[in-house]
Amino acid sequence: MSGIPHDHYEPKTKAEKWVNSRLPVIGLIYDTIMIPTPKNLNWMWIWGIVLAFCLALQIVTGIVLVMHYTPHVDMAFASVEHIMRDVRGGHMLRYLHANGASLFFFAVYLHIFRGLYYGSYKAPREITWIIGMIIYLLMMATGFMGYVLPWGQMSFWGATVITGLFGAIPFIGEGLQAWLLGGPAVDNATLNRFFSLHYLLPFVIAGLVIVHIWAFHTTGNNNPTGVDVRKSSKAEAEKDTLPFWPYFVIKDVFALVVVLAVFFAIVGFMPNYLGHPDNYTEANPLATPAHIVPEWYFLPFYAILRAFTGDVWVVMFASWITGGIVDAKFFGVLAMFGAIVAMALVPWLDTSRVRSGRYRPMFKWWFALLCLDFVVLMWAGAMPAEPPYSTISLIGATYWFGYFFVILPLLGVIEKPNTPPATIEEDFDAHYSKPAEPAE
Amino acid sequence: MFKKLSLSALAALALTAGAASAAGDEAHIHDVDFSFEGPFGKFDENQLQRGLKVYTEVCAACHGLRYVPIRTLADEGGPHMPEDEVRAYAGQFEVYDNELDDYRTATPNDHFPQSALDNAPDLSLMAKARAGFHGPYGTGINQFVKGIGGAEYIVAILTSYTGETRDQAGTTFYENTAFPGGWISMPPPLADEQVDFDDGHSNELHHEAEDVAAFLMWTAEPKMMARKHTGFVAVAFLILLSSLLYLTNKRLWKPVKAKAKAGA
Repeated sequence: MSGIPHDHYEPKTKAEKWVNSRLPVIGLIYDTIMIPTPKNLNWMWIWGIVLAFCLALQIVTGIVLVMHYTPHVDMAFASVEHIMRDVRGGHMLRYLHANGASLFFFAVYLHIFRGLYYGSYKAPREITWIIGMIIYLLMMATGFMGYVLPWGQMSFWGATVITGLFGAIPFIGEGLQAWLLGGPAVDNATLNRFFSLHYLLPFVIAGLVIVHIWAFHTTGNNNPTGVDVRKSSKAEAEKDTLPFWPYFVIKDVFALVVVLAVFFAIVGFMPNYLGHPDNYTEANPLATPAHIVPEWYFLPFYAILRAFTGDVWVVMFASWITGGIVDAKFFGVLAMFGAIVAMALVPWLDTSRVRSGRYRPMFKWWFALLCLDFVVLMWAGAMPAEPPYSTISLIGATYWFGYFFVILPLLGVIEKPNTPPATIEEDFDAHYSKPAEPAE
Repeated sequence: MFKKLSLSALAALALTAGAASAAGDEAHIHDVDFSFEGPFGKFDENQLQRGLKVYTEVCAACHGLRYVPIRTLADEGGPHMPEDEVRAYAGQFEVYDNELDDYRTATPNDHFPQSALDNAPDLSLMAKARAGFHGPYGTGINQFVKGIGGAEYIVAILTSYTGETRDQAGTTFYENTAFPGGWISMPPPLADEQVDFDDGHSNELHHEAEDVAAFLMWTAEPKMMARKHTGFVAVAFLILLSSLLYLTNKRLWKPVKAKAKAGA
């Protein structure tokens, strides 16, 4: 499976040979678990395991929650209260599932930004990156639909606002929105289809996760230097790598347990901190909440959506050139999805031949600014859509697009990168020969 | 770089959490030192029983607790009342029975009655459906430090009437500095010494308000004690496990790192 030369599984016992000649599953597991892994991976390479854990946690808790949940507008809210009060351990299941979504997105953002900094998206890992972006989009869809299921005020009005975005698409919008909702407004049909898809999509994600892992097991992991593992011989490769088991399994599980300690503290002591109080009021189509705010993990893109109002010159220009077909609302929708598409296109937007940001003196600063931008947008997304927040959102959204479409392509031309080490071994040895240097 | 990034991401998580309710019209709500707050806080059974009395004698005239089964009054980690008292308590309500197609006396297995008035919201989840604390500047830091403050909000609503009234389109509104907008349609429900407590506890207005707020926190989050206990056990176990894994990992990598040191 891996392009890095290493020992493959050889069945030894009679039973192993019997199985292996019929279905080479033991070999598949062996080669996956023993994959040669760059030995200089730092602590930012642990989020993959955290994400795999999150997916499993969400599927397991979700399947049990479904046993007690009723997807009907008259009963959904009460059935969640039934889970919270009458189902044995139900309150923990629900809080684990709700906060599990937050941990999932927290980990995926760190995972994505790790990739953006160390150039994990660059050749030959473009397919790994694209599949990751599709997984991320499916996670957003799943998270959004899951938030609708408890049928609280924010569930209902969030669903109304987000499906309304599709209504902004010219010509087909209205029909598309009605098709998504199963009617003219958010109602029982909407709840039922969201429930069905919320249950389906995680299994699609699980399938894509396998492809994601398959893809990067073919190219090999990236690493903090961005330098490739030497592949000319097994002996050379072994100087740069260590088998995934036990070296990285133990390291990753240690990191996972530390992350889980924080996670369980949140679930145990402040499970509603990341939620919205309004969602403990049953959905009421006649009473609109004062502020409709999505979950925290959507806020940066929500801010971009709202940033492009009718008085922004690009919006006016787009409206004029298309004869009014692209209005402010549709422009906002395009910007929001465009912000995610920009991330997906990054393998072709980054022109630098040096992979890792560690050896790119100018890139480092622009990247740090992108991280700051993400946090600022997240904050602005939660604030009311009025000055000064709308201006801040607009500046943040502009930088987001500027980073991907202007800065990254230009940096490859104007930046003079430092020289990365020749091999991973060199980087690893240099790191550990320095006495008392704190780990990266 | 990534240390900074992780920190800022953590900060972002903290920041945005409470940002949700960055409403403009913020009234000042005092933090109350409730016994159930903090990782080790516990409900005070006596306070919950006093709160139940306030609820029954005052709130229940208009409001309901439709999601709360009466039997849970006997639960540990809640008011923990003796079962015969719970049965007697249930006996004061008449509930509609679908099978009988008629009203009958309630049993502990029934839920509390629903709101008697259409415009009186159900109180089962009120302590989680309102936030007493916001900000500052949409950062959620106050909610992180003081808690979300649903119980404090209830205390503030009950104690912040100014006595001013206003008639508008046939409805009387009462000025209440804790209510968003400043005018509420609920008449002042609670007064000094309105409810007599069996345990002789002070029945000044703010004591009554705190007791009923604590009771409503319990109706909103009846499994809070069990949840905190689970959280404590889980965190303690995970810290122990992480220390063992830290040592395992260190030992596992020691030869690799030693070789790197020698090789360089």
